[in-house]
Amino acid sequence: MKVADNINPNVYEKGSVREVTKSDLDEELKDDFDQREIFDIIRNISDPEHPLTLEELRVVEESNVIIDNENNMVHVYFTPTIPHCSMATLIGLSIRVQLLRALPSRFKVTVEVTEGTHVSEHAVNKQLADKERIAAALENNNLVQIINQCVRSV
Amino acid sequence: MAKLELLQSINAHKGIVWNVSWHPNGNIFASCGEDKVINLWSKENQGWAVKTMLVDGHQRTIREVAWSPCGNFLASASFDGTTAIWDKKSGQFECNATLEGHENEVKSVAWSPSGQLLATCGRDKSVWVWEVAGDDEYVCEAVLNAHNQDVKKVVWHPSLEVLASASYDNTVKIYKEDQLDSDWNCVATLESHETTVWSLAFDKTGERLATCSADNTVKIWKEYKPNNELGVSVSDKESSWKCICTLSGYHTRTIYDIAWCHNSGLIATASGDDIIRIFKEAEDSDQDAPTFDLICKKYDAHSQDVNCVKWNPTANNELVSCSDDGQIKIWKFLDE
Repeated sequence: MKVADNINPNVYEKGSVREVTKSDLDEELKDDFDQREIFDIIRNISDPEHPLTLEELRVVEESNVIIDNENNMVHVYFTPTIPHCSMATLIGLSIRVQLLRALPSRFKVTVEVTEGTHVSEHAVNKQLADKERIAAALENNNLVQIINQCVRSV
Repeated sequence: MAKLELLQSINAHKGIVWNVSWHPNGNIFASCGEDKVINLWSKENQGWAVKTMLVDGHQRTIREVAWSPCGNFLASASFDGTTAIWDKKSGQFECNATLEGHENEVKSVAWSPSGQLLATCGRDKSVWVWEVAGDDEYVCEAVLNAHNQDVKKVVWHPSLEVLASASYDNTVKIYKEDQLDSDWNCVATLESHETTVWSLAFDKTGERLATCSADNTVKIWKEYKPNNELGVSVSDKESSWKCICTLSGYHTRTIYDIAWCHNSGLIATASGDDIIRIFKEAEDSDQDAPTFDLICKKYDAHSQDVNCVKWNPTANNELVSCSDDGQIKIWKFLDE
């Protein structure tokens, strides 16, 4: 069996559940997506190697989500647990797939490695930005199964 | 004011529409996409409508379709690793040949101007040149491994058997057959784009090439033949290609396709920012340092990424585009 890249990663506490406010229930109010909502969509994605969420490993953090509703833009930076993580592309792909499925199609989603946190950051980012290669990857049943396991709500 | 007038908008495919291709007569076009279907459209009184649906030719996404110059054959390139050749010798369109050999996704297919050669390329980093050997027979002439990454697009010169390819390795390469030993060789590498080159288009003369990239720029390249007047150095008796113009600051996301109209000289681009842009060369443009002006910008041309733009070959200023949003749109360019 393949040993995980990072056998003993640091584990962090989960954040609190979002509290429902009065304005959330107000149907009349225009309710744009915010940073927290995007984070909630991706925080419970599982790590491919550990029975932990991306939030618990601090691969994703709320502060690394950027959203611009007006320009339909979502930008997520993720931080691999170690700079040589061979799973970086798979993790990024899981985040992309989850957002692709959850957000309206008007959003342009960019998923990138947090600057300076991975040895092949540029190559990983280039691959995650290539929608043709993503489309081809998502026609690979084995890969889709692995991704579905990662994004399955915990 | 120049503008793009929408003639028709069609919900054409389920999922992404990757590519559209005009029949040489301009009265038919083919489209393909994620749903593994090829649709053939023709113009009727009520506008463009599906005339024929080609199904079961491919197991995965169909990335590109291309009509042969004679208009009798249609080639389709698929992520299933094959290229299918369709014709209607039997009265209706059928797949009568399948070109196999690429290790995985085939990304592009193109016919040479004579219709005797076919080029394909794919994620296995190779470009293949096929010869039409007879009825439904295609023989591989060459496997070109000049690129070191995924090859996105192949396009032939408008009148010569000169091939160009664009790649994820950020370069464009030009290939020719050596007349002495009949070997196909890469004769030029065009380096300047900072990331993936998605598409390319020759102008009418074939002496200039426009390329577009994920670096959000368009570049215009010119061929300088041996002993050219400008004194551009040329080695090995082969021409050298020089970037003579970069259009930067116009696009905000990846440019997926570019079309250079051989009638009007206009350049159209398809971009990930959902916009179709039209560029026109300035009248007093210097041939060795040309100026192109953005004369039309169609915001929200589609509701998602625009994947492909093609000018109607019959000089009527019609443009067809397709998108991730599943739609095909027919436009009329008006320069008033």
